[in-house]
Amino acid sequence: MSDIAVKDMQVPQVSGTAKAPDALDQRLAALDLPKGAFAAARADALARLRAMGLPGPRDEYWRYTDPRPFNAPEPAAIARIEGPDSPLFASRDKLTLVFVDGVFDAAASDDLALDGIEITTLANPLGAEWADGLFGTLEAAGQSPVRRPFAALNTAAARDGLLIRVTGKPAKPVHVLHRRASDKADAIWHHLIRVEKGAELTLLETGSVGARSNGVIEVDLAPGAKLHHITAKRANDAKVGLSHLFARVAAEAVLKSFALAVNGTTMRQESVIDMVGDDAVAHVAAAVLGDGDEGPFHHDDTVFVTHGALRGESRQVFKKVLKNGATGVFQGKILVKPGAQKTDGYQISQALLLDEASQFLAKPELEIYADDVKCSHGSTTGAIDEDALFYLRSRGVPHDRAIVFLVLSFLADALEEVEDEGLRDEINERLDAWLTGRGRA
Amino acid sequence: MLKINNLHVKLEEEDKQILKGLSLEVPAGQVHAIMGPNGSGKSTLSYVLSGRDGYEVTEGEATLDGASLLDMEPEERAAAGLFLAFQYPVEIPGVGNMTFLRTAVNAQRKARGEAELSSGEFLKAVRAKAAELQISPDMLKRPVNVGFSGGEKKRNEILQMAMLEPRMCIMDETDSGLDVDAMRLVSDGVNALRDAGRSFLVITHYQRLLNHIQPDVVHIMANGRIVKSGGPELALEVEENGYGDLLAEAG
Ligand SMILES: Nc1ncnc2c1ncn2[C@@H]1O[C@H](COP(=O)(O)OP(=O)(O)OP(=O)(O)O)[C@@H](O)[C@H]1O
Ligand SMILES: [Mg+2]
Repeated sequence: MSDIAVKDMQVPQVSGTAKAPDALDQRLAALDLPKGAFAAARADALARLRAMGLPGPRDEYWRYTDPRPFNAPEPAAIARIEGPDSPLFASRDKLTLVFVDGVFDAAASDDLALDGIEITTLANPLGAEWADGLFGTLEAAGQSPVRRPFAALNTAAARDGLLIRVTGKPAKPVHVLHRRASDKADAIWHHLIRVEKGAELTLLETGSVGARSNGVIEVDLAPGAKLHHITAKRANDAKVGLSHLFARVAAEAVLKSFALAVNGTTMRQESVIDMVGDDAVAHVAAAVLGDGDEGPFHHDDTVFVTHGALRGESRQVFKKVLKNGATGVFQGKILVKPGAQKTDGYQISQALLLDEASQFLAKPELEIYADDVKCSHGSTTGAIDEDALFYLRSRGVPHDRAIVFLVLSFLADALEEVEDEGLRDEINERLDAWLTGRGRA
Repeated sequence: MLKINNLHVKLEEEDKQILKGLSLEVPAGQVHAIMGPNGSGKSTLSYVLSGRDGYEVTEGEATLDGASLLDMEPEERAAAGLFLAFQYPVEIPGVGNMTFLRTAVNAQRKARGEAELSSGEFLKAVRAKAAELQISPDMLKRPVNVGFSGGEKKRNEILQMAMLEPRMCIMDETDSGLDVDAMRLVSDGVNALRDAGRSFLVITHYQRLLNHIQPDVVHIMANGRIVKSGGPELALEVEENGYGDLLAEAG
């Protein structure tokens, strides 16, 4: 590792007159910037961050979500949820890798050896030469045309994460299980996943992250590669969380990403997908349930899909169920570059408001510079369908149970994006249990 | 079984009176048919009896075995034994037909203090009844009514009725949209359910259904009231001459 990077990360002193340190300086001063591998990439990221600054109240890209919880030097401490954690996908054979407050815990994790996959960590990247020159580059590329300062901050400051190179078709999914040790944890992790030509991986993420979390996943899919990514963090977990998925999808490669979020405090998930090869496929979806009675709830999905090659297929399916003053946000864009003919881009964002106190703010955008494409987007905000509710109740289904049916019905399109039927069923059952109050974890 | 006395119903949102003093009684074990011109209030009657929102009862009452229906929630009416086969069955994407039906059956059993059916028992029963109605296993697996043809939706209503074993069955134009063979299947299904403890109120525009499901009484409804009641011959009269004479006669 080089010393230069570390020096670069020092907060620069303003010579001469004393000046109040600006928000970014304070934010950086509170971080324990790592001294380790990828020093050059981290230094670049820090420079990017300095050039961008933190988002302010007038930042267009942060119009619907207050950036202050992410700007603050320290996260607000949160109460821990009672009761045992019962992460999803328990019945599935998988390779579980435990992260505690964003740091890999080797002792608690399964052995890293698995056919068809090489796993190392950011803090200890022994043998991950393949990651040199890749780490941080997808994040960097994703900074244009929209600035994403917290992703740059992540690249500069992430203490740990996984470096995964998939060369075959591993027999089981890789499962990242997050655990929280401290109620004040400011967890910052950064995964880099490279799926080689024709290789495939299913990546699962569950558990409780820090009081504040900042997770970045960079995904580099070679031609014909496939990644299925499913995130289902612990429900009812008061937290401030930000995540970025940066994916580069080569020819005939397939990315499927699905996230489930149930309650929380302030969350923003950004997906930045670059379709660089012909016949690439990328689906991003989320199912979100927010109940303001469990604490203030704000959930933001921000998606940017760029088609830069022929016959790309992209799908964005985002569904939010909101009640008791919960707020849902969706900012989704499809950009079709000149020459990206035969692009098939689809985007739907929908909210089901269970009362009038809740709100959904949506900003769908299409920007198309090719003439032979099929792109559609739609956004709806609705209430429970009274006809359907009456139909169910007239069959003897009690009111509350009927509402659960209709909520699941509303979310079904998003869950369809979970390709593996077993995983999908498990998510459905868990949702059902949450909704009927049979389970909280 | 079902007693409706001087029922007056208006729309909640508008000042529009739809049922205007309707009286009707269906004794246990009988099949009654209701015929009447479009817009006379037949579907409204079926909705008010099963508890749909949007209507206001301004006068009169309706009881099922002496218990006042109008004070109950829709699911309570169902558990009490009332069933409505909808004129327009509702599509519910994302909810499996089987899951829905099993939940409904067990919720009713629970409300009545009966033991719930195990999934094995339920599956066996539903498969047998579906086969009788020629509902394919594939349709059972699909979301409720989604992608069903008009006739398939109606058969699905009868499947639900057969599984729920209600005592008072209201069928709102179940025959419309059915082909000749489906009409026979549905009628056979209904006839199989007929017994001394179960009653039917069959709303229809066509005498043909009543050839298959022989009614004990036929009522003619017009402008929110029953204007004439009689035997099965009344249906033949409507089929031949329309409503003109009957309505004129009723004033
Ligand atoms: N929600 C409503 N809003 C406005 N008008 C309504 C509403 N519900 C019923 N009506 C009116 O009440 C009258 C009775 O309607 P209803 O559907 O009960 O008739 P029907 O006898 O079932 O007719 P059909 O034979 O065509 O099925 C009609 O004039 C209808 O337009
Ligand atoms: Mg009608």
